[in-house]
Amino acid sequence: MTYIPISPSEREAMLKTIGVKKIEDLFDSIPSGHRFPQLDLPAALTEIEAAGELEELALGNETVRELISFLGAGAYNHYTPSVVDHILRRGEFYTAYTPYQPEVSQGTLQTIFEYQSLVANLTGMEVSNASHYDGATAVAETVNMAYAQFRGKRTKVVLSPTVHPQYRQTLRTYVQGMSLELAGDDPNADLDTGPERLEALIDENTALVIVQYPDFFGRIYDYTRLIEAAHARGTLVCVAVNPTALALFRAPGQMGADIVVGEGQPLGIPLSFGGPYLGFFATRKQYIHKMAGRVVGETVDSRGQRAYVLTLTAREQHIKRERATSNICTNQGLIALAAAIYLSVLGQTGLRQVAELCYHKAHYAAAELSKIPGFGLCFAEPYFHEFALCCPRPVEEINAHLLEHSILGGYDLGQDYPSLKDHMLIAVTEMNTKQEIDMLVEVLKEASYE
Amino acid sequence: MSDQDRKRTPEMPAPKVVEPTIFDLSAPGRTGVTFPPPDVPTAPLPEALLRADLPLPELAEVDVVRHYMRLSKFNYSIDGGFYPLGSCTMKYNPKINEDMARLPGFAHAHPLQPFETVQGSLALMYQLQEWLKEIAGFAAVTLQPAAGAHGELTGVLIMRAYHGSRGDTKRVKMLIPDSAHGTNPASSGVVGLEILQIPSDERGNVDLPALKAACDDTVVGLMLTNPNTLGLFDENVEEVIKIVHDCGGLVYGDGANLNALLGIVRPGDLGIDVMHFNLHKTFATPHGGGGPGSGPVGVAEHLVDFLPTPLIGVVEEGEGEMPPLFGYFTPAKTIGRLKAFHGHFGMLVRAYTYIAMHGPDGLRAIAENAVLNANYLQTLLRDTYHVPYERICMHEFVAEGRIEGSDVRALDIAKRLMDYDFHPPTNYFPLIVHEALMIEPTETENKGTLDAFAEALIQIAAEARDQPELLHEAPHTTPFGRMDEVKAARELVLCCWLPEDYKEKG
Repeated sequence: MTYIPISPSEREAMLKTIGVKKIEDLFDSIPSGHRFPQLDLPAALTEIEAAGELEELALGNETVRELISFLGAGAYNHYTPSVVDHILRRGEFYTAYTPYQPEVSQGTLQTIFEYQSLVANLTGMEVSNASHYDGATAVAETVNMAYAQFRGKRTKVVLSPTVHPQYRQTLRTYVQGMSLELAGDDPNADLDTGPERLEALIDENTALVIVQYPDFFGRIYDYTRLIEAAHARGTLVCVAVNPTALALFRAPGQMGADIVVGEGQPLGIPLSFGGPYLGFFATRKQYIHKMAGRVVGETVDSRGQRAYVLTLTAREQHIKRERATSNICTNQGLIALAAAIYLSVLGQTGLRQVAELCYHKAHYAAAELSKIPGFGLCFAEPYFHEFALCCPRPVEEINAHLLEHSILGGYDLGQDYPSLKDHMLIAVTEMNTKQEIDMLVEVLKEASYE
Repeated sequence: MSDQDRKRTPEMPAPKVVEPTIFDLSAPGRTGVTFPPPDVPTAPLPEALLRADLPLPELAEVDVVRHYMRLSKFNYSIDGGFYPLGSCTMKYNPKINEDMARLPGFAHAHPLQPFETVQGSLALMYQLQEWLKEIAGFAAVTLQPAAGAHGELTGVLIMRAYHGSRGDTKRVKMLIPDSAHGTNPASSGVVGLEILQIPSDERGNVDLPALKAACDDTVVGLMLTNPNTLGLFDENVEEVIKIVHDCGGLVYGDGANLNALLGIVRPGDLGIDVMHFNLHKTFATPHGGGGPGSGPVGVAEHLVDFLPTPLIGVVEEGEGEMPPLFGYFTPAKTIGRLKAFHGHFGMLVRAYTYIAMHGPDGLRAIAENAVLNANYLQTLLRDTYHVPYERICMHEFVAEGRIEGSDVRALDIAKRLMDYDFHPPTNYFPLIVHEALMIEPTETENKGTLDAFAEALIQIAAEARDQPELLHEAPHTTPFGRMDEVKAARELVLCCWLPEDYKEKG
């Protein structure tokens, strides 16, 4: 079926008005040899048939609802309050376009302004943009921003190897062809040392240092000293954060960070097999002209009412064309709205509760798991809701065993870090009950003796 | 409160607040959604690393619902009315697509699960890759790019990698017609290519002599928007492509205007080497107030090895009742990864549903009726608003927002349309038409709506002559009037905060 509301007699009348006999006559400018190809696609389905087919496909997945999940590594299973999706499903929000006409877009504009405010407050920064595609692309855009800040005169970026592996890969894709030196991103580095190791790599040519908080292994470091060391050389520092952790731990803004980015998925966004998610991006006011992405600002309208508009558009691609600092043209509008609703309805109390639940459950799981012979915690530093667990046999084998018991095991760290062969990254959130954690421990005990 | 409130002196009157922000609405101690105490023994918290203050608002659930409900009413939307924004393809977004993307089997799948446990998602992605290949005539498709501009970046990186892999390193120039989308030069610019603009001829086609003169062995390729931003299909497209290929360059197709071509012509058949799709335009995934989009990229055979990683492929062929087993593949000379995980999967589910429900005939009907609607509107408006190119248009057309004997501008006309309860067309784009009004009705509007829209525009033209102030001051009937954009850019109030005395209020 189609969604075309034109009746046959209307179509006839319209063709007559245009002055052509049949609809095919509108396509004379198409090369005749390639006009009207017969597409080899399945015949159209009605809604009832399509719903059946999609439901069937969806049943082909086993999800974190059927399985007990301890998988995180950048995408987390959190509880989303009902109210979030009820508001998202208002057609006024999801079927609107980019708010280029502010007189009839104040709904979108004010929600983005509130989203920017929530991000600034959570990260401890002064300004935020209206969002990027995801955490990985937000990290990659920080390099463009730092490069522009130093007008291309500083050509070195220090990248911690404990930033999410896929973020580092994305960054490498973005900077190919730029003559940039990436230092520090060595998966064979000693992962047991903290941020001090990066300090030694910062020099007068370093534009940017990128670290993660908590890092990929869940560890929490105070980056204040590293940031001071970077600033002493005029270098900017970007901290990629997990927003849930910021309900509990010091905001990077308080440590002096220049840019704070991160993946907003934990803020009420469904796992949805990896997207769409939300890249948030906050910085200090002095760098705003170099920041990519849309920004909403407060103003007044002709009637003296407080209102909001897209501002600083002169930085953007449709004005600056090839001289724009980024080609980004959308933001994650609806996903940013979801995060804003989530943060509004949880507030400081609810978000802190979620963070504490994650923390306590992860620490309980870590304590119980490390009692099993052959298993142990890999690192001694404080951590949030994720930790690296060393295992007595290959992670793939252990995960296959767990899956037989309907448990989705942790991320295999050996894929990205040769020194962490037989280590898995376990994530625990408010969704995991004590009973589930105990079951994980029981099943792993079996694995340990088999 | 905003930075602006903090700076305000007693002489400056506070603007009228139509809807307070969630920070304004906050009250100390109020709670919304809360969570139970831990069911495990608690662990000590590392005091030195803890945050002292979490300055987020405090609201009850009902406060949040009413706040966003009030805000939603300030938005114009497709569900609410006609949205003829040129080059944005604001077509109706079918409701079933929303339900399918939220099926629990899709919504709760983790992107890093073992591939055997997510065969439903992978089967859908594989099939969508196949369908997009067939629809546009390409050898392979990646679903990873997050939006159209992200797809452009992907395509440009692929083009450069292709030349690089042949040792052809002196190619540094991208040719871009003046009728291209604004993202094209930006996407080439961010990867460090030089841009050379190619003019249009008097029929709105790429100027062939200018193109020939620009083509040499330093050209990476051409980024062609076709139909272009004038809504015109390039009458010499095959020659344009040949000229670029003859100098060793590649042709990038900007697929933003693909809605006009479904079942009409396949860009790959014309010789386009690489193209992005905008699922949020052509395949009706919602625009969401500015995103998320989704920008898959299709490539011809010689570029398949350069696609981003991973692609979805068949690991083991099916047999009888057994479906195939799907998994991930890394192309041999991949440009790398464009984002974390696998693309905007939720958007892929919506586009899959949309294509499945249309089939080959339905897709062709989309293009035919989109082009019919645009030409019908163009015919109705041509006598009132000058259309600079006397041609049959494709899915959109550009008229000049100027009225003989009046000082009104395209902007005034756009704003006045809001009083007639229509969303304005795109204005001041493309840059090559004076006072451009770029109108794209899409196929999901009936004759009655188009007649009413044309009537409004014709009446506005009369108003422009008789009562120009009515247009200068428009809109009059919307909840908000024109904005002080200079103030916004000068003061840069980008965030609000809880009041300084917030805690004392509790």
